[in-house]
Amino acid sequence: MSKVIYLDNAATTQVYPEVVEAMTPFFTEYYGNPSSIYSFAGEANKAVTKARETLADLINAKSEEIYFTGGGSESDNWALKATAEAYGNKGKHVITTKIEHHAILHTCQYLEKKGYEVTYLDVDEYGSVKLDELEKAIRPDTILISVMTANNEIGTIQPIEEIGQIAKKHGVLFHTDAVQAFGHIDIDVEKMNIDMLSASGHKINGPKGIGLMYIRKGVKIRSFIHGGAQERSRRAGTHNVPGIVGFAKAAELAKASLGERIAYETELRDYLIERVLKEIPFSRLNGERQKRLPNNTNFCFKFIEGESLLILLDQKGICGSSGSACTSGSLDPSHVLLAIGLPHEIAHGSLRLTLSEKTTKEEIDFTVDELKSIVDRLRSMSPLYEDFVKKNGGK
Amino acid sequence: MYSEKVMDHFNNPRNVGEIENASGVGTVGNAKCGDIMRMYLDIDENGIIQDVKFKTFGCGAAVATSSMATELVKGKTVKEALLVTNKAVMEALDGLPPVKVHCSLLAEEAIHAALWDYAEKNNIVIEGLEKPVNDIAEKEEDVSETY
Ligand SMILES: Cc1ncc(COP(=O)(O)O)c(C=O)c1O
Repeated sequence: MSKVIYLDNAATTQVYPEVVEAMTPFFTEYYGNPSSIYSFAGEANKAVTKARETLADLINAKSEEIYFTGGGSESDNWALKATAEAYGNKGKHVITTKIEHHAILHTCQYLEKKGYEVTYLDVDEYGSVKLDELEKAIRPDTILISVMTANNEIGTIQPIEEIGQIAKKHGVLFHTDAVQAFGHIDIDVEKMNIDMLSASGHKINGPKGIGLMYIRKGVKIRSFIHGGAQERSRRAGTHNVPGIVGFAKAAELAKASLGERIAYETELRDYLIERVLKEIPFSRLNGERQKRLPNNTNFCFKFIEGESLLILLDQKGICGSSGSACTSGSLDPSHVLLAIGLPHEIAHGSLRLTLSEKTTKEEIDFTVDELKSIVDRLRSMSPLYEDFVKKNGGK
Repeated sequence: MYSEKVMDHFNNPRNVGEIENASGVGTVGNAKCGDIMRMYLDIDENGIIQDVKFKTFGCGAAVATSSMATELVKGKTVKEALLVTNKAVMEALDGLPPVKVHCSLLAEEAIHAALWDYAEKNNIVIEGLEKPVNDIAEKEEDVSETY
């Protein structure tokens, strides 16, 4: 295995050399604590301020509405737990969806244990929230709606602007987990009426372990990490200056290339989808054909299991991921694939391939060619396929 | 995460396939949990397993345990085959990750299911063999609608 074909950019991304370059001086030269008073710390302080502006700019927020966190999971936890606490007097009802990331779902389960009530909205067969059901779920005691901007498994982009309107109309706070969407598609917190938004550095060619939460001015949200007075006393902890600088650099690059990147990735994505659906029998695309993240594909191949598929792809140097039980660490396949109505046995045979702006057509061609023979091979040893062929007297 | 032996049996599975007019066929597991194994046995008049083949839908460990199980029972008598436990399969593979131990249980069960079928077809009783419970036929669902 010489060359790696990395098609798991939804899991994490390469940190761009420009990003590393921007970060390095803040480890070795300007290592001062930005909260310190002496001028030596001034560079670090300035860099954090500038980073905040750059990141705010990407989603049309004000820089004082950006709070740095330790990543997407922390932002999600913060948004849910602290809102629940701050607005607990108004009500104890939260609305979310069945296809959220576990950072949201497991936090909701935690809130349920603490006496909150959570409505988990169904999605349609493509993974979209149904707006009428969302509106119907709102009650006088509803304090928060949390719906992800785009899904990490099947890439479906939610009608965020419409959800924002509904939330505003009913005076309910609206949080969106934009970890997969931030820097990948256009987001405008004003236009979309978003009150809180989670994002993470490592999904946009930035470093891991740095994230942000956008909190609209006026939203009453409590501190989640208690300690020093950083982040307007809402999130304590000495700033991760290199991380913050790297995150902002990645966002700057993402903004500059956004239009071009969306066009490039979308074309490559559609080419991949077309080839797979045409050339591999009994395959299906999961998620919306068009309203999906530009870099996301997710397929199911009937009669085979995902982990076997991943191991064989790995042997060809191809990195992908699967929603099969064997890869999720439980007996159940992906909750997202089940929520869009797939039976267990089909969901076990899923494969997610997520591209980047550096993915080439040659890599996609190689991947599809290999995929074809791997799927054939696994089917030739699948009792399910054997039964199917016998029942149907051939293909 | 897998031992070299597991990877070897996954990459070069032994005895994949079907046996026509097999002496016994057993299918265990269910697609819902993500693993199905089918074992075919060809047993001669002296009760010796002359040939064995398998087909498996499942993860790397499921394929490897089926493959190893076929190796362990090939050429054995029915009685000896009964002694091939999931532990023996695991040991022969230099171990499995804890979450994959159930795959080795399934392999043991697949052998038992095929032996049970053989016993039923020949109207004999194999001492110590119990009717396998985990049979795919009881749980099969039609999934063709989705496509
Ligand atoms: C939708 C979504 N939310 C949250 C997270 C968690 O982000 P982080 O890894 O930065 O904690 C991820 C990352 O896998 C994600 O895809």
